Amino acid sequence: MTRAFYWLMPHPYLTLLLTVVWVILQNEVSAGMVVFGIILGIIIPRATAIWWPDTPKGFSLGKMTTYSLMVLWDILVANIQVAWIVLSVPNAKLNPAWIIIPLDLRQPEAITVLAGTITLTPGTVSADLSDSGHSLLVHVLHTDDPDAIRDDIKNRYEHRLKEIFS
Amino acid sequence: MTAEIVGTYIVAFCLLAGSGFVIVGVIGLLKFNDPMTRLHAPTKVGTMGIGMLLLASMIHSFMLGDASMHELLIMAFLFVTAPISAHFIAKVAIHGANCETPPPPPRDDTWSTLNTPEGDL
Repeated sequence: MTRAFYWLMPHPYLTLLLTVVWVILQNEVSAGMVVFGIILGIIIPRATAIWWPDTPKGFSLGKMTTYSLMVLWDILVANIQVAWIVLSVPNAKLNPAWIIIPLDLRQPEAITVLAGTITLTPGTVSADLSDSGHSLLVHVLHTDDPDAIRDDIKNRYEHRLKEIFS
Repeated sequence: MTAEIVGTYIVAFCLLAGSGFVIVGVIGLLKFNDPMTRLHAPTKVGTMGIGMLLLASMIHSFMLGDASMHELLIMAFLFVTAPISAHFIAKVAIHGANCETPPPPPRDDTWSTLNTPEGDL
């Protein structure tokens, strides 16, 4: 039974996501649309399975939801801070800095989510990954204390992502 | 009737706030003089500016009784794709040495963008 399930849906969360996207795209919730969404959600992952051979094991949907809400709140706060920096700090006084974040995460999916989170939060942009994927290069718009931002990213985001993708 | 008026005010507020963030982003884009600092401006426009405008559109559609959820999808696709384009622009800036060279990573040899074979330079 489990084998049949994983044969049909190699990536159950992707199937769920595709179904939800299809229903929202149709703008109406009806049984026919949901069934068609599930059919698409089964066909597309199977047809493209060759490009994602490794399923991330033990992905926690509940923790991901709280993480997303926390990130949305952080985006809101950081936006106002950065808007203030843009309007009030003259170019000569701006202190941009490179920050290197040593990564404890190993899964490519987790690193991608971390890099995306860093870029979406205004004031920081993830710029590059080291050639073996052990460090992430982040550019900060204006800071007096780069180490504090590095610790903040590690404790606030990476720690939680390690729990989500454990 | 009053619910409609309150809704109109909320929509107007969202539109104003969204436009405000877009303007600040554009000011940042014009004001900063280094490619990497300039890159910070569009990330703000992409998240809050567009987010507020889409929220206004969604509230408006619900007020008219013609509920639309497409805005959530626009938001989701924007949040997934925006960091990738920012990442590419940053990589181009590093590769073309248009910005301060980043310090070398502690545990690996170099950054993946700078790790080019001699023949490609």
